[in-house]
Amino acid sequence: MRILLAALAATTVLTGAAFADTTIYPLDRATILVNSKFDFKVELDNVHPEDAVEVTVNGKPYAEVFGAPAQFVTEEKGKDDKVLGSALILRDLALAEPGAYTVSVKAGDEAKSVTWDVFGTDATPKAKNIIFILGDGLSVAHRTAARIMSKGMTEGKADGRLAMDDLDRMAFIGTSSTHSIATDSANTMSAYMTGHKSRVNALGVYADRTPDSFDDPKVETIAEALRRASNKSIGIISTAELEDATPAALVAHTRKRADKPEIVGMFYDVQPDVLLGGGSAYFLKSDIPGSKRKDDKDYIQLFQDAGYSVVTTKSELAAAEGSNQGKLLGLFHTGNMDTWLDRNQLKKGTVGKFGDQPGLVDMTKVALDQLSKNPDGFFLMVEGASVDKMSHPMDWERAVVETIELDHVVALAREFAANNPDTMIVVTGDHTHGVGLIGTIDEDKPGEGRDKVGVYDEAGFPNYVDADGDGYPDSIAVSRHIAMFANNFPDYYETWGPKLDGPFEPAVKNENGEYIANEAYKDVPGAVLRVGNIPKDNDTAVHAVDDVVLQATGPGSEGFRGYMEQSDVYKVLVDAFALGADKK
Amino acid sequence: MQRRDCLTGMAATMALVAARPALAAPPEITFDELYASFSALGLKFSDKVLNLTDQTIRIQGFMAPPLKAEAQFFVLTQIPMSICPFCSSDSDWPDNIMVVYLDKRQTFVQPNQRIAVTGRLERGSWMDPETGFVSQLRLRDARYGMA
Repeated sequence: MRILLAALAATTVLTGAAFADTTIYPLDRATILVNSKFDFKVELDNVHPEDAVEVTVNGKPYAEVFGAPAQFVTEEKGKDDKVLGSALILRDLALAEPGAYTVSVKAGDEAKSVTWDVFGTDATPKAKNIIFILGDGLSVAHRTAARIMSKGMTEGKADGRLAMDDLDRMAFIGTSSTHSIATDSANTMSAYMTGHKSRVNALGVYADRTPDSFDDPKVETIAEALRRASNKSIGIISTAELEDATPAALVAHTRKRADKPEIVGMFYDVQPDVLLGGGSAYFLKSDIPGSKRKDDKDYIQLFQDAGYSVVTTKSELAAAEGSNQGKLLGLFHTGNMDTWLDRNQLKKGTVGKFGDQPGLVDMTKVALDQLSKNPDGFFLMVEGASVDKMSHPMDWERAVVETIELDHVVALAREFAANNPDTMIVVTGDHTHGVGLIGTIDEDKPGEGRDKVGVYDEAGFPNYVDADGDGYPDSIAVSRHIAMFANNFPDYYETWGPKLDGPFEPAVKNENGEYIANEAYKDVPGAVLRVGNIPKDNDTAVHAVDDVVLQATGPGSEGFRGYMEQSDVYKVLVDAFALGADKK
Repeated sequence: MQRRDCLTGMAATMALVAARPALAAPPEITFDELYASFSALGLKFSDKVLNLTDQTIRIQGFMAPPLKAEAQFFVLTQIPMSICPFCSSDSDWPDNIMVVYLDKRQTFVQPNQRIAVTGRLERGSWMDPETGFVSQLRLRDARYGMA
């Protein structure tokens, strides 16, 4: 044993240098589209003179391969001017030759080596259009509950199928981030839309060590790749604020998804042809009530000047359909748009203020109409944002009905693809939630709260009715409704039923930064305090690490199969468009 | 501040607020009365807000957790904030908030507790110099008590 310890100590001393925290961006095993722009950065753990730093690529001096020397920073500074070590940065690098690139760095006793896979694509595109439909947080339980709620079930067999139930290909997607098995909508959508994994809260960048959120090593987004290597149109639709992580991932480069005012500027730089959603507060200059900007930049005016028609209601959007010739910006809410259930049935949330909001299907219809005018094709991303926004506060009925609405978008996309067979459709989530459907809750059962939960044989079938045949339950306030629960939660009062008075707000924050149960629900009959199982600084239920189920159909979709890293989905997308062939 | 001082202070404030109506009840305004219309292109202040600007008014709501313990202001919201926009990067303030600058420090109130704030109504875009927080409606020289 003593010998072993001595040996261990010796090993530690010997390999001490190898434990230096040297980092090369892109990280090891990065996959990079040929000719795509990206930033190269080396973070050394110590301060070195420039001539002591040796960087090679496949054994050759790096500047020879990369075509330019990097900027050397002798002392990179962190918080409170703490010296972090030396660094090398080379921005907007692009590699034209596919293959393995082994980048090796030596500086004093520091050494690090990474290998990138620079990949090309087929020379011939497989698809002309891609419709990428994303349910934020879409988990298996959402799909199952949506099918049961929308179609019904008899004797254990579904009475109908969702549009997403009949897509040809399927893959399990690993969503973990570069620094954690857990994940958020920024780094997950960024992986889909750039082909690079990143850190929680980061979009279109690798998360470096410096505090500035705009200096992190950038990677190209799909919208930028499309602008660089194609003449295709780009559409982005979300029921969230357009600056929110998912839609932003198509254009943004920031370490912090909360940089929303700047993200609007990034949309402006890329100028997607169709941009529809909420979040106008960050487009308005600061002196307009409702604005969340701190400057006098008027992005409504700027987009108009750039040739955009601007619409702000469902009626204006409908009027734009068919008649609009140029680019289209639709901003229907200062913040996140309301859910289907609030817009169409309950009239809660902010529907009283923003009474004429379009739904996801309305927006997708107009976008397809507009984008399909381009003979070169298009890439359209449609996000059902509130599957996630209602799953966080455990408002399951709203989250499930959002899933039904998302499925109507899938149906519309399939209809489009039937007439335009050169269209690939992808339906997926960005990450999952820790949610499960376990049975029913029967209001007619005696007792209160948990007594009414039906499990196993007692669950039976819920009794939602869809008399008008629109695919949505005519009411969610039925006597036997779904029993869905999160496997993680803050302190909250479980009220065992649909939240008819407005979206659920399970916990509120106290002065110590802890989330405590929202007492607004304390006196709901049968309400039970559930003591949370996640740290008290979490406001709502969190994302799960569970795989996402991705489904796809159409030309190029055969690339989806088995288990895939989220970043590898990008390969299938750019391969379908042959973006590596650079045919612009 | 010692807990006892703080309690005494709070009791005094409550007494003050309670006593005020007897002297001259300030006009009351609700969150629903702040804006006349909502549009993605901007909100419009209500006539009531336009008429009461620069006057002392009273409004009820919930205190959002302060940005910093020593912040000079807090945000009053219509319903208790279930999220903390200052701390979580994917959450954001609702449209209709009231920024409250106190005339002197008062202690934080539990988020489930409705409070009534009295202060001079100020209107128009203004950035807090210390935090960069931009607001459209503020109460100056304000104090609060339990509603």
